[in-house]
Amino acid sequence: MISFITKLGDSFLYMVRDLGRMGLFLLSALLAIFSRPFRFRETVRQIQIIGANSFAVIFFISIFTGMVLGLQGYYTLRKFGSEGMLGSAVALSLIRELGPVLTALMVTGRAGSAMCAEIGIMRNSEQIDALECMVINPFRYLITPKFLATIISLPILTQFFNVIGIAGGYVAGVVLLGVNPGAFYDGIVQSVVNEDINLGIVKSFVFALLVVWICTGRGYFVHILRNAGFGAEGVSRATTQAVVLSSISVLIWDYLITAIML
Amino acid sequence: MSPAIIEFQNVVKSFGQQRVLDDVSVSFKSGKTTVIGGGSGQGKSVTLKLILGLLSPDSGQILVNGRDITRMKQRELNKIREKFGVLFQGSALLDSMTVFDNVALPLNERTKYKSQEIAQRVRQMLAQFNLEGHEDKFPAQLSGGMKKRVGLARALMLQPDIMLFDEPTTGLDPQITMDIYRLFFKSQKQFGYTSIIVSHDIPKVFNLADEVVLLNKGKMMTFSSPEDIPLSTEPEIVSFATETMGHIYSSRKMEHNI
Repeated sequence: MISFITKLGDSFLYMVRDLGRMGLFLLSALLAIFSRPFRFRETVRQIQIIGANSFAVIFFISIFTGMVLGLQGYYTLRKFGSEGMLGSAVALSLIRELGPVLTALMVTGRAGSAMCAEIGIMRNSEQIDALECMVINPFRYLITPKFLATIISLPILTQFFNVIGIAGGYVAGVVLLGVNPGAFYDGIVQSVVNEDINLGIVKSFVFALLVVWICTGRGYFVHILRNAGFGAEGVSRATTQAVVLSSISVLIWDYLITAIML
Repeated sequence: MSPAIIEFQNVVKSFGQQRVLDDVSVSFKSGKTTVIGGGSGQGKSVTLKLILGLLSPDSGQILVNGRDITRMKQRELNKIREKFGVLFQGSALLDSMTVFDNVALPLNERTKYKSQEIAQRVRQMLAQFNLEGHEDKFPAQLSGGMKKRVGLARALMLQPDIMLFDEPTTGLDPQITMDIYRLFFKSQKQFGYTSIIVSHDIPKVFNLADEVVLLNKGKMMTFSSPEDIPLSTEPEIVSFATETMGHIYSSRKMEHNI
């Protein structure tokens, strides 16, 4: 019994320490955004890696998500004789919920895992120590470009997701199932208001911060993660942890933001 | 006698239950080469990381030029770190950057030199380390010895006062090891830095040493020359010396006993 309590207390203390470390990490990364010299070219390169290179994945996910929404929405709404509301159902689902959440999950899987592994390997091979010894702030040099790139890219990708998803819904509902195109379009215009778009934008910014914070943070602290092991195994576990934690955090914060802004 | 440039005062450092440094007090002299020897896992690399402020001691003071780095703010610590150059065990080259960019990194980030001047200085340094023609290669395309040379070139770019070497010859064949030692002598003569070398390449590395510090079970012992090690009154140190250095120094011990 005492051993159980000891382990519980130990785990709790570790969690508090980990949270504190991650909090300081976030603070340092955000402060480093304003320290000079700015890494403009590296930030642009990261926007290409995190944002532009994720476009193809986002395109396929969004078009099929929109098509499934169109299909499912059509069969549900038909039961109530409300097929004309399909445009509204597809657009609101995407703009308020699915666009930001699925984009964040895709970016986590595609770019977040890569960020975590890259920084974890740099930590294990003493590259981050070397930067510190050369008096080069690793936050400014390594982390900030990734932070900025994700915070810029993810909201833009989310908007692409929404637009392409709505187009997918149009294809499934109007082209394949014969919903009136005017009713589909009118449903969107009548139901989507600024608050819906703002909610989606706020979510995408918060998710971007969560994803880049957790993924880079897990990589940065790979050497002190409990039960992560060392070397390649440590990086692999840290990457898994980063993806799982980011995904869960995105879903939790999705609920919280919706509850606050509803 | 040379003044101490780095001093450990009653330093204690533990990892979990393991006490790596146990109330250690030692000083490293300015302008000299000190070799820190000892078995694996005795805390040699930890000592270097403490000097650099990458790790903090549990208690005790670490003085660099008389200033305690354990109580410094990051900005002050960075000022101290500017005096250091470090050659890491695995060279720690940024693997997404070419040899040229790695060596140019300290100049690009810490000086206001124009790109032409940086290029000229980097080429000069690469030539000194026989790395011409390898500027555009990435670290993964280099041999172990070449990585060490690039690491050394990068560390010396801003002409540090103190050079720290973490296992500079680990994993290298004897020929390349000798090349690294030659480069060490050449660069130390040219730049005049104080050096601290952590190595288990004993007794070869003792050829570089003005002083030797041995780490054993959390304690450090300083010897004014490698030949004094077998004369120690500590049986464990004598046993370490016999195991690692063989009978090379036994005649001196015999003389001493006589």
